[in-house]
Amino acid sequence: MLTPNRVAIAVFLLLLPASAAQAFCGFYVAQADSKLFNKASKVVIAHQSKSLGDHDIAITMASDYEGDPREFAVVVPVPTFIERKQIGVVEIATINHLDAYTAPRLVEYHDGDPCYVPEDRAYAKGMATTSSPKAMAMPERYRGVTVEATYEVGEYDVSILAAKESDGLVNWLTDNRYRLPEGAPAVLGSYIKQNMRFFIAKVNLDRMQAQGQSFLRPLQVRYHSTKFMIPIRLGTLNANGPQDLIAFVLSPRGRVETTNYQTVALPTGMSLPLYVKQDFGAFYKAMFERAVAQKDMRAVFMEYGWDMAWCDPCAANPLKNSELVELGVRWIDSDEPKAFRGSRGDFPGVYVTRLHIRYDSEHFPEDLMMQETANRENFQGRYALINPWRGEAKCKAGDSYFDGLPDRYNREADTLADLTGWDRAVIKAKMEQNGQPFESQRASGMDQFFRRIFE
Amino acid sequence: MALRWARDARHVQLLVLTLLLAVNLVAVDFGANLAAAAVASAAALLTQAACSQLVGLPRIEWRSALIAALSLTLLLRGDALWVHALAAMVAISAKFLVRIRGKHIFNPSAFGIAVLIFATDHAWVSPGQWGNSLWFATLLALLASWVLYASRRTDITLFYLVAHCGLLLGRAWWLGDPISIPLNQLQNGSLLLFAFFMISDPRTIPDARLGRLVFAILVAVAAHWIAFHWQFRPALYAALIGLSPLIPLIDRMFPAARFEWRHPAEQEGTQPC
Repeated sequence: MLTPNRVAIAVFLLLLPASAAQAFCGFYVAQADSKLFNKASKVVIAHQSKSLGDHDIAITMASDYEGDPREFAVVVPVPTFIERKQIGVVEIATINHLDAYTAPRLVEYHDGDPCYVPEDRAYAKGMATTSSPKAMAMPERYRGVTVEATYEVGEYDVSILAAKESDGLVNWLTDNRYRLPEGAPAVLGSYIKQNMRFFIAKVNLDRMQAQGQSFLRPLQVRYHSTKFMIPIRLGTLNANGPQDLIAFVLSPRGRVETTNYQTVALPTGMSLPLYVKQDFGAFYKAMFERAVAQKDMRAVFMEYGWDMAWCDPCAANPLKNSELVELGVRWIDSDEPKAFRGSRGDFPGVYVTRLHIRYDSEHFPEDLMMQETANRENFQGRYALINPWRGEAKCKAGDSYFDGLPDRYNREADTLADLTGWDRAVIKAKMEQNGQPFESQRASGMDQFFRRIFE
Repeated sequence: MALRWARDARHVQLLVLTLLLAVNLVAVDFGANLAAAAVASAAALLTQAACSQLVGLPRIEWRSALIAALSLTLLLRGDALWVHALAAMVAISAKFLVRIRGKHIFNPSAFGIAVLIFATDHAWVSPGQWGNSLWFATLLALLASWVLYASRRTDITLFYLVAHCGLLLGRAWWLGDPISIPLNQLQNGSLLLFAFFMISDPRTIPDARLGRLVFAILVAVAAHWIAFHWQFRPALYAALIGLSPLIPLIDRMFPAARFEWRHPAEQEGTQPC
């Protein structure tokens, strides 16, 4: 990230919102909105490995920038020269859709009448689971810097820069009113020596107004490269504390992981106290923060990893073929605006991995080196609420059902406390206020007494 | 008795590998699992038995087979169990099939990993999954140094680690990167497993000390180039397997006595007096 007159947003991601309810494997009731996390950016990467060391990559970047568009700028290192046709803008709605579709979700079940036979235990099973690239002559102050191309892309003016040394590049950026954070010259120098180029974009206000755009759309860059990585180093230079990045990686093969940091799956599949429904976001945020702390902030967290041909439960409607293509998925058999249900014939499918990274320069000194694997196991961040039977249950099974509820509630309280670090006593008090008492609610008194005798 | 048992470095290796598998199962999950361990071990032992029978060996050397199987379990990932079975079979049979002057050239588990990754679409390695928490690296280093102590000719481990560190530090210095970057790259369990268990396999490495030094440096340079220029993740195994055919040449340039597993004291004990 560069900032100053123009605030250069060097890197990435955000989180998403929700809607829609659907019932299947539990009623879907809420999702962890990406807006929960401040300073978050989102990156969508469509990645196909053509052969060893040949990666076909489309990277779409959305930031949560909300300031004056004139002050917005992006500086992203890219491993190769980029032509105009390799750059585009994408509707934010498409990324938001993918975010909602892959977001951690809360589902809800209702216990059946315990006196009804056969008893419905279904929940117990489901749980587990344009200009031409001409070099311009540069004055000595910009020694080694080549503006290889400048393009007009939607509301953005884009330049592709190559440099031979960081001094010239720093001078060029500074003179063009990019204010660089401390430490930027060293990082830029490292990228230069690794033969990276720089993709630089700022907003053209006139075109933005002429096109009637009221907000900044995500930029997309497509390229072939030997490198499959997400550059985060420039983004760590802002001293404003850790940032969140959510990376959605779409791949024909399977799960994607980082090779220079541990990728771990977040805890999933637990049942939680019912009151969590009132603020699932607060729960998810607390759980994520605790998971980050437990890993000493040195891990990348997987929130979702699933074959996009289906979902269960679906946190949002499936993405359309056309949306996937817009995000850079060029290997599927159709770009029609109808829901993607898998590819036919020899066309590969689409597997999505959603990674959530909280990073700063101390814990994530290196860029994220990525790797696609053949692992197609499905994983989702999914948490369940199980509503107890609220009706009458005047039978033996009913008695033991009600006697068993406090134990279940205790387990839910323990789970919530373990996951979030919240105080057990507070959790239990809230549960009692929300219809989860810790004494058995079975029928009692003479009625009960006689019924037992006669049974 | 226990001392005598520990004299054979393979016993110590087996113990350490089993411990690592246990750590993976109960504490730090880096992706190994019991089913894969069972399948790989069974396939390795069966292949070892079949090959021993074919070439008429008097007994089945189960320790080496099990070591190869456990190394594969800890390092290789596959989307099906047959991946582990096939890797173990490839690893063990290569010991018998690919030999020069009576010495097998490829480290069995590195060969199994390389073949499966290059020849199928179902295998991969996950170097990042070991996590880089310092304590775990330390734990591995301690356990592994025990092996280093117990085995002979494992000076190559130090040669390799020094060359590897030197290259990473040199690269960071050249790029102007902070020291935290090479440290992050070093704190990686699979590097330690590679250095302590794989490149140090006394049966395949050069016989002379100078030969081992040359070989360690060559592998480190090749791995570095594969990792950073080609961006190929299983760089360590690719480098080791790619360069192993040079070992007979290195042995010719720097001749020395061939390694035998039995401890000299033990050998003495077996001689008639």
